[in-house]
Formats: sequence, C-alpha cells, structure tokens
Amino acid sequence: MKMEMRGVTKRFPGVIANRDVDLVVEEGEILALIGENGAGKSTLMNVLYGLYDADEGEVLLDDQPRTFNGPGDAIAAGIGMVHQHFMLVPVFTVAENIVLGVEPTRGAGRLAVRRAEESVRELSDRHNLPVDPHAVIEDLPVGLQQRVEILKALYRDAELLIMDEPTAVLTPQETEELFTAMRALKDQGTSIIFITHKLGEALEVADRISVLRGGEIAGHTTPAETDQDQLAAMMVGREVDLVVDREPATPGEVVLAIRGLEVVNDRGQLAVKGVDLDLRAGEIVAIAGVQGNGQSEFVEALNGVAEVTGGSIELDGRELVGLHPKEILRAGVGQVQEDRYAEAMVAEFSVAENLVLNTWDAEPYARRGVLQSRTIDELARKEVEEFDIRTPSIHTDMGNLSGGNQQKVVVAREFARDLRVLVAAGPTRGIDVGSIEYIHERIVAFRDAGHAVLVVSTELDEVMALGDRVAVMHGGTLSGPYDAPVDRDAIGLLMAGIDPDRPVTASGSAEQPPQT
Amino acid sequence: MSADLDARPAESTRDDGLDPTSPLVTRRRAFGIFLVALAAVTLLFLLGEGGEATFVLRDITGGDPYFQMPDLVVSVGTVVLVVAILAAFAGGIQLARGFGRRTYLVLGLVLALFVFAFLTWATAGSSLNLLAILRLTIRQAVPLVFGALAGVLCERSGVMNIAIEAQFLTAAFTGALVGSVSSNAWVGLLAGAAGGAFIGWLLAVMAIKYRTDQIIVGVVLIVFATGLTSFLASQLLTPNPDLNTPAIVSPIGIPVLSRIPVLGPLFFNHTIFVYGAFAAVLLVHWALFKTKWGLRVRSVGEHPRAADTVGINVYRIRYQAVVLGGAVAGLGGAFFTLDSAAQFSEEMTAGLGFIALAAMIVGRWRPFGALGAALIFGFAGSLSGGLAIVQVPIPSEFLLMAPYLVTIVVVAGLVGRPRPPAADGVPYVKE
Repeated sequence: MKMEMRGVTKRFPGVIANRDVDLVVEEGEILALIGENGAGKSTLMNVLYGLYDADEGEVLLDDQPRTFNGPGDAIAAGIGMVHQHFMLVPVFTVAENIVLGVEPTRGAGRLAVRRAEESVRELSDRHNLPVDPHAVIEDLPVGLQQRVEILKALYRDAELLIMDEPTAVLTPQETEELFTAMRALKDQGTSIIFITHKLGEALEVADRISVLRGGEIAGHTTPAETDQDQLAAMMVGREVDLVVDREPATPGEVVLAIRGLEVVNDRGQLAVKGVDLDLRAGEIVAIAGVQGNGQSEFVEALNGVAEVTGGSIELDGRELVGLHPKEILRAGVGQVQEDRYAEAMVAEFSVAENLVLNTWDAEPYARRGVLQSRTIDELARKEVEEFDIRTPSIHTDMGNLSGGNQQKVVVAREFARDLRVLVAAGPTRGIDVGSIEYIHERIVAFRDAGHAVLVVSTELDEVMALGDRVAVMHGGTLSGPYDAPVDRDAIGLLMAGIDPDRPVTASGSAEQPPQT
Repeated sequence: MSADLDARPAESTRDDGLDPTSPLVTRRRAFGIFLVALAAVTLLFLLGEGGEATFVLRDITGGDPYFQMPDLVVSVGTVVLVVAILAAFAGGIQLARGFGRRTYLVLGLVLALFVFAFLTWATAGSSLNLLAILRLTIRQAVPLVFGALAGVLCERSGVMNIAIEAQFLTAAFTGALVGSVSSNAWVGLLAGAAGGAFIGWLLAVMAIKYRTDQIIVGVVLIVFATGLTSFLASQLLTPNPDLNTPAIVSPIGIPVLSRIPVLGPLFFNHTIFVYGAFAAVLLVHWALFKTKWGLRVRSVGEHPRAADTVGINVYRIRYQAVVLGGAVAGLGGAFFTLDSAAQFSEEMTAGLGFIALAAMIVGRWRPFGALGAALIFGFAGSLSGGLAIVQVPIPSEFLLMAPYLVTIVVVAGLVGRPRPPAADGVPYVKE
C-alpha cells in the first residue's frame, strides 16, 4: 500500500510538534524515518495511526485522502503499528494477544480458541515468523515478543507497518533476524516505516530515508547517496562528531575490586552469578549486555541497594558490601542510574534541589538541620553554567526539562562531589545526540583526570565508543573485560550468550587473556 | 479452594527448582514444619479429652428424606490420635521430598482434618448438629459469593471495588422497599440488583470518567450508602412498617435430589439465592474466561493501552464490568432482606462487604477461588454459632476472626502471593 502525507501540521498548546511534513512510502518499500528524540517522529506516526488529528494537511492511502477517528479506523484501513513498548498483555497467550479486538467466535460470544490458535500458526508459517501460539507472553524473550507484535499487525491484514524503534530492545543478532523478516515482508508487498535514531541501521535496511528535525522534514535521501556523518548532520542540524576523541588510557592502581559478587533480584532469583572485575584509576570499563541479564542488579549492588548474597566489593581496600547506600555515596562512588525518572531525580523538585539530592544533608548545604538555600543556589547556578543545562531558571521543576537536560543535571550532581569512581548505567539513555556527545566528553575528561569509570549500557555503540576495556554481561556472568579495540560482532555474539569462537580484541594487538 | 485450576493455561510450576536457596524450597520446608507443628498442637491440646462426640446428620428442615441418616458417634481420643498421626506423616513426606503441585491440596486436606478433630474435641460428651452447621455455612456464603464475584468483575476490568459493602446495603434497602410495595420477591430481587448497579455506576463514573482515587471513592460510597439507607430507614421505613415487610423467597426443593439424606438438605433444598450464587460462579467464570467479552475485560484490566491500540473501547468495557459487578453485588444485598432477615434494619450487612472483598483476594480474583474462600469464611461464621451452643471454652469471636486471619496469611504471601490484575485501580488516560 502506498502512503502519502501532504503538509501535515500538528500543534499542541505552545508547541508545534510537526510543521508542514511531506512523506511518501511506496508499496513494498522500507522507509527509514530518523530524527532525534523530540523531533516529532512519534507525533507524526500517531497522526497516521489515528491517535491524533492533524491540524492541517492530509493523509492519502493509495492516493485516496483518508481521515481516522482512532486506531480502529487506521487498523481497518490496513495500517499496523509495532509499538516500541510492546502492546501485549503479559499474562495472555500469544494467540490471545494476536486476536484481541478481532476475536473469532462461535455463537453467543464464545471465544473460538482453537480456531484462533490455528490461524496464528498458519500466519506465522506463511510469514516464516515461528512462534508458539500457546506460549504466555511474559515467558517469551523480547525478540519473540516483538515477533508477536508484528504478527498481530499482519493478522489484521496490515499493508503498511509502522515500526517504532524496534531494535532498541534487541541483541545484534535479533536485530539481524528482524531485518531479514522486514525484507521478506517487503518482498511480499508490505510497506514499512522504520523509525530509528540508529543511523547505521537506517542505512542497512531502508530503501529511502527521511529525516525529521524540530518537527520539520530536514531532507529525503537514500542509503546509496549518503553516509552516517551526513545523516547525523541532517538530524542535528550541524556537524557532529560521532567518535569520541580521546587519548589512550593510562591506567593506574586498582580502585574498585569486585570478587565473586552474587546478587539476588527482587523475585529472589540469583541475578548476578559470581562476577570478578578490577577497575583501575584512569580507565573506563564498559559493560555491554541486553536488558535483563543482571546488569541492573549488578549496578544496584554497587550502589548498595540490592541484596548481595556473596562476594565482595572493595573501594581502595574498604569493603562496600553491607554498607548503607549513603555510606557508599560518601565513600566516593558516583552514580548515574539506569532509569532517570524512577531513580535519579524528583520531577516535582526544582533543578537546584535535584542538584543536591544526595548532598543536601551535609555541610555546606545544610547547617544544623537547616537547608542553606543561598549556598545551594550558588552551586546550582555554577553547574547550570558549566554543564550547559538549558533551563528557564534553577527553580524550574525538573520535570519540565528535556530528557537531555535532566540527564545533564544528574551527571552534574555526581561530578560536583568528590568521587573516586563513577558508575554510570545507561548514561545517555533516551537523550538527544548533542547531549550524548557532551556527556561522553565529560566522562572521558573525568577519566583523564585520573578517576575510574564503569559504564553499563545496552547500546553497543556507546560501549564501543567509551570503553578502554569492554566486558559483556549475559545471564548474570561477565565475559572479559577485553582490551579495546574490540570486535563488534564478537561482542554482539557474547551479548546473545554465544561463544564468538574468535579473538574478541580486534586485530592489531596480540590476543590477551581476560584480565581479572 | 482447589477449584480454580483451569482458568489460565498452567500457572507454571517451577516448583522443582534445584537451587537450595530458592524461596520455593524454603517454602516447601516451611509447609512441612507447619504440618508437623499442627500434629504436635493436635496432640498437646486436643488429646486427653475422653468420651465420645455425637454429630447429628438428621434432616431437621422437614425435607422428607428417603431415610434418616443415623448420628455419627466417634471416640474423641481415637480421632485426635489418627489426625495427629496423619498430619505428622504428611509433614514428614513434605519435608523429605515435597508434594510438588499437590502441596496445597494436601495442606487443605490436613487442615480440614484438623478442624474435624477440633470439632470432635469441642463436642466431647455432647452432640452437635453438623448438618445444620454445614447448611448454614452455605447460606452464610451466599452474600459473600455474590459480593466477591462483583469484586472479581470490577477488578478484572481494572477498577478497584472496595464499595461492595455500599452495594450490599443499598440493594438490601431497595430490595426491602420494592419487595414490600410490590409484594413480590422477584421484583424486589430485581430492585436489589438495580440498587447495586446504581452504586456500581457511581463508582464507575467517579473512577473511570473523573479518575478519582478509587480507594477514596470506595470509602465515600460506603459512608454515603450507610448514611442514606440509615436515614431513609428511620424516616421512611420506621413510620411505615408496610414498606418494610417484603415478600420473601421460599426454599425450592429440587425433586428427587432434595430427598437424598445429608446431600439433599445441604445442596438441594434452598432458596433461589443459594442456587443463584452457584450459578453466578459458573456464569462469571464462563463470561470471563470463555467469551470474547471476558478476554476484553481481562485485557483492559491488565494492559489497557494494549487494548486501546487494537481498537477496544477501554472506558466502555470498564463501565460494563463495573455496573454489572454492582448488580451482582446487589443480588447479594437483596439476600439480606428478601431471604435471611425479611426486613431492612440499619447497617444490617455488618461489614460482610469487606469479608466478600477478602474472599475475592483469597480466591485470587477468580470465580471458583472466590466461591472456595466464601465457603471457608461462611463455615467460620456458622461454626462460631454452633460452638456457642456446645459451650466451648473459646470465645466465638475468635472464630469470627478467621476470615481476617486467612486474608492476612494469603496477602502476606505465605501461600503463594496473590497477583491482582496489573492495571487494578489505575485510571486509564487516553493519549
């Protein structure tokens, strides 16, 4: 199905989310829609999917103007959405999820369960997307859940698939499988809009690429005509340095020594199964891994908020296991949490208050139990200036800032303290390229000042860009660390739990045994 | 409480996890120790009381059975000893290798045996009408079943319903009033359902449309219903006794079946409310787990956004479930005035709405689970009356505490943590 948008404009109170957007997807074509967070990709797709009404402009399907009053209409017109956050009921089976909303019945509203399962099996055979119709969603790995999302759209006879950042949660291997499936669908005539901010993926799988910036189309191009640097410039509106410039590390003494660490998750299962790691002054160790392989628990253990059942964590020879989180903080462990909203900030507090969230009760910010607002404001002004935090005022609520600026506040707060080691989990998750660049620079500068840094990230690009040594966490155990530069594919295999069967440290340097 | 096995495809039993530190293994051991301790308690406290206990199983409801069941006479010492040995034996097996999937079944059976031993001990040297107690159990469970089913319907759709008590009271009142005016119990019954549905509708409007905190709405509705019915009772019903003498339903004996000894009076010689309660369990189970509508109700209770994105109207489904739930609770409320008491009096539901809520939780948001829990709670209530007659040196209030104790044990996660619908109590905001 051909889809065309002409002059689509969508306004929200005070903002124009999309301005005069033209977009075309031909039948049997993959269009990559790239843009930074906040560029208006989601709004535009929600207009297409009938969740929003466009204020101006029109949507044409096979050259016919159409208006949708909700997803139901869009689905009926042949549009399917694979949501970034899967729209699947975790306790339902695969078949139940796929037929939900268009359930086959056999009189009196009775569910025809067996018929549903048969058609799901038939559908998954036809598109070569194998999945067990009886399986319960919450028992399936993320890659399979995504497959169910795709099948769900196909079950509704979708001829145009919108895939919203589908690779964000996948291992490199699962990503490859997804691309294979996308190409197969394309060959059968399905049109696909592939939303991403990973430029390499857009270049790899798309037939054409459209770039959104600030709600407007910044340009249309094809993979043959462009490259990563050019795309990045289109996306950000200026030249961006995708490679973090840095000198080779000059590691010093061991700062943080982790031995046989075992951590239990909140369901009582062993999530970290005996991890050994030495972190030295003046180096960045980056840990890659797919979400849910024990990284969260590992980081929580370093912050003192998880249940450690075995092993030790020593900072300059001092045991951290068993210490109160605040004591760990005071010992000089800097923390950038994985989930900014849930763990690293209070949205209803001001920027200034968030900047002293872990130091407010100590001198000089508090004296005899009274907050020293003048001192706090001074610090806040200094940090806002130094970290280029874009905020109307230091008294603005944190929740009103953009994700990138919120993250800068979090990072600024940690660097404002006297640190021995920085533990940064997903330090650039969900923020714009400009802020990513800036935060990466600060982390490298911190290393160059002779501090130890541990980066834990699900973004392979970030791990490759930052790590002086790279390790991979899978199923609660750690492989490596391996000296950079490392072989990207080998790391990808390790993330999927497969022995890469080749040296992980890339050619040029002799193979080195994993250091302990 | 073992009837809820078929609702979901396999509540996966990862029981034979091999990790000795796993909480499952710890729990297996804890259950074993509990069983052994139960055996010890049985021996220590119940042994030593000599004599015989007489359990009456004769039909005294005038049901004309085919033959009269003789009294069951047992020796207290023997029963206590046998139960203690069985409990210890089960505990030993549990400690040694565990019962796996059947753990809860065994636990339930041993607890039932323990209750029997306790009854024998309490009745020693006298006689207890066991049939009457069991029959009363079922009748006491009726409002609890309706109330808990109402809770299941609402909460499966994602709206928390702590206002069951309000639905009971309102329905008891409207049932009594309309049942009196019309002199027809069936019309009263419908009016009860309508009264409950009205409170359900209020809850739905506040919770779904205005997104008010559902606990607050629930509390407010209870206060509202208590105040309103008390006011109307004193201003309207007391001066006009004609308005508070509803036609009541009478028992309907099922031909043939009602004349079977023990089973007949127990199950087949009841009012429409009792049959209705059992039918409602089947119906709600069927509606929730076998129909298209039920799949949608459960989907909006678990992940409303997912339902919305496939074109399901989340608000409409929630309205339907909550109003229907209110009507079901209304049937339970009408039971008070059209069956059990034959007139409305202020605050006559006496907190049973909360016990129904507890039955829903203990029954894990499932119709058959709710039925099981309601029967257990009903038994506790009925037993406390029966034991008062045989003069047991235990205050009957202790038995009346049983529903709350069981709820605390279950909610604390000691017998498998109950898992409410994921979106229970969370208002849905469309994007």
